[in-house]
Amino acid sequence: MAVLDFAMNNSLPMQAVPPDWPGGYWWHWLFFTVVLIVFILTMVLGVIYIERRLLGRMQSRLGPNRTGPFGLLQAVADAVKVLLKENIVPSAADRVVHWLAPVVAFAPVLILMAVVPFQDGALLADLNIGVLYVVAISSVTTVGVFMAGWGSSNKYSLLGAMRTVAAVVSYEIPLVLSIIGVVLLAGSLSLNSIVLAQDIPFILLQPLGFFLFFTAGCAEINRSPFDLMEADSELVAGFHTEYSGMKFAMFYLVEYAEAIAMAAIITTLFLGGWRGPLLPPWLWFILKVVIVFFVMVWTRTTLPRVRIDQLMALAWKFLFPLALINLFVTAIQVLAWPDALPWIMVVINFAIMGVLVLAWSRFFKLGWGRVKV
Amino acid sequence: MTFSTEPFVLNFGPLHPSTHGVFRIKATLDGEVVLDIEPVFGYLHRGIEKLMEERTYTGGIPLTDRLDYVNSMTNNFAYCLAVEKLGGIKVPERAEYIRVIIAELQRIGNHCLAVGAMLNDAGALGTPFFYLWRQREKIYDLLEMLCGQRLMNNYVRIGGVSQDIPAEFLPAVMKFVPQLRSFLDEYDFFLMQNEILLARAKGVGILPPEVAINCGISGPVARASGIKRDLRRDDPYSIYQRFEFEIPTCEEGDCYARYRVRIAEMLQSLHIIVQAAQSMPPGATKADVPHLIRPPAGEAYGHIEGPKGELGFYVVSDNSIAPYRCHVRATSFINLSALRQMVRGWKVADLIIIFGSIDITMGEVDR
Repeated sequence: MAVLDFAMNNSLPMQAVPPDWPGGYWWHWLFFTVVLIVFILTMVLGVIYIERRLLGRMQSRLGPNRTGPFGLLQAVADAVKVLLKENIVPSAADRVVHWLAPVVAFAPVLILMAVVPFQDGALLADLNIGVLYVVAISSVTTVGVFMAGWGSSNKYSLLGAMRTVAAVVSYEIPLVLSIIGVVLLAGSLSLNSIVLAQDIPFILLQPLGFFLFFTAGCAEINRSPFDLMEADSELVAGFHTEYSGMKFAMFYLVEYAEAIAMAAIITTLFLGGWRGPLLPPWLWFILKVVIVFFVMVWTRTTLPRVRIDQLMALAWKFLFPLALINLFVTAIQVLAWPDALPWIMVVINFAIMGVLVLAWSRFFKLGWGRVKV
Repeated sequence: MTFSTEPFVLNFGPLHPSTHGVFRIKATLDGEVVLDIEPVFGYLHRGIEKLMEERTYTGGIPLTDRLDYVNSMTNNFAYCLAVEKLGGIKVPERAEYIRVIIAELQRIGNHCLAVGAMLNDAGALGTPFFYLWRQREKIYDLLEMLCGQRLMNNYVRIGGVSQDIPAEFLPAVMKFVPQLRSFLDEYDFFLMQNEILLARAKGVGILPPEVAINCGISGPVARASGIKRDLRRDDPYSIYQRFEFEIPTCEEGDCYARYRVRIAEMLQSLHIIVQAAQSMPPGATKADVPHLIRPPAGEAYGHIEGPKGELGFYVVSDNSIAPYRCHVRATSFINLSALRQMVRGWKVADLIIIFGSIDITMGEVDR
């Protein structure tokens, strides 16, 4: 059993278990796995309902209100319907890739939540490289999406998948650069320590970082106005055009699970995670996740979709330089005035953000993009 | 290292969320760039022009409803105008005023749909569309008040309209006008400042005026390219010379200009409606015309400024109870002819928004 002993003594989750946890490592592992799966699935049902009702409200219509009280069971009814549907695989499809794609897309979203603390120490694995883990895992979903687009052997799917890959590769960079500001302030890569370091939520100390992370995050998970991979007015349903039945349900699940995971990470990094007065910490956490999700729905109803070249231009010409400047400014602040009063820093940082965003948007133009043919 | 690439053909439609019916675009793409397109239509062909030869003159009116089903009243109007010209029938004053009001209401309804659908194609996910749709519902309520029908109204008759307006119609119109005016101001204010909309629509899909003239394009699409042509002023039919209104034009000829022209036209239509409603005379609403009219042998062309452009009906009579030939100058069909020149070199997303900005109804294209 030398191998097992070695693994248990040296693997990171082992060290992450709180010492007073009853039952030790395996109980912890089992408990949080179940909690995470239940959390993701119930939250998905919840946010689908919230999103559809909000969309209805904001578009001056009612939204689902027939299934159960206030239409609360609409998501359940949809799920049952979609699971009972026939599973159709196109005859020209690459069957293995077509089958694997939903799984490859969904798994990373689930394991992404492993490092997000629900309250102090309440997480599956308190990795000391948590932020790096988040960044690495969150882009694996794209592989699943690309597999779906390629395996369907449909041109709409392929176009959607190509757009996704292009967008994610570009937006990864401002996303990571805007996290580094937070890491500098917290002095740790562990998400739990980052929350503990937030006596003032980092959204106040890092307003520009939050703005960049939120924008890049929306693009990363393909929420509107960056929902180019399934642009319904152009590409019908984008990468999942050829999916039906349970596999389609998986992609639908991925879409919302990704949004929840991104909202959870934004909450943890910028909004103080589970910290808050009066209410229990886990409730604060869920509340903040729902608020971030609300903002995502809000932008979705408000803004038209950008074009693919404009999407690229926004990443490379707007977000990327601003993220670099933000990192530079934060590094100077941390290095030069480590003991400065936080509230003064809040004012200074908001001023810097205002000046930078205004100055940049004066010179930044979304391209016109006519090609000579 | 260079990769060899080759263009590929992508079929948009006939069943596609933004083809506004059953239209098919065979697009040759180089990645995201549109190299060439080939429009394919005819999926909605019902042979309406031939069917009209089989029916009496009055019996042809319901068929015109089915042409541009967004503007049924306007089609009735244009057809009746042509037949009246053929038979030399004089229309009573009051009927002319009613016709002007309904034609302008239909114009507003059409532009609501056109602007909303264009923004939907731009990916605004329904929000601007639903707000305009709500206003269009109110117009349908008004039309329902007139003839009991919302779509396929079949209200205008040869020599007038089928029945007089109910007493509550004009007050309802006068209540609707200021409400829509303030709504449009607010709506325009939000969309004019939307950075993404400007980036998506400004400078995209430019239609040069000379191309527009060569292709025979009319209506808001032509006016957005700087061609100041409007039949209501250039060849006044009905009683349009009695009203004051402006003809909004834009010089740019891009998608954004088409959007701006449509919004401005809605405001001008409201202006005309108010003038017509205030000066409506009492009297008969239908000339004394038999059900089976036999116009003298000959031919006539009646055209009006429809919401989408010049809508004309060419009717030939052989002195029988049915037209010998009836041809429709379908605005949507002719406006579609410049699509290829407008979209070449733009991206896939632009193809959709440019197509949406032309504002076509497949019922009229295929007939």
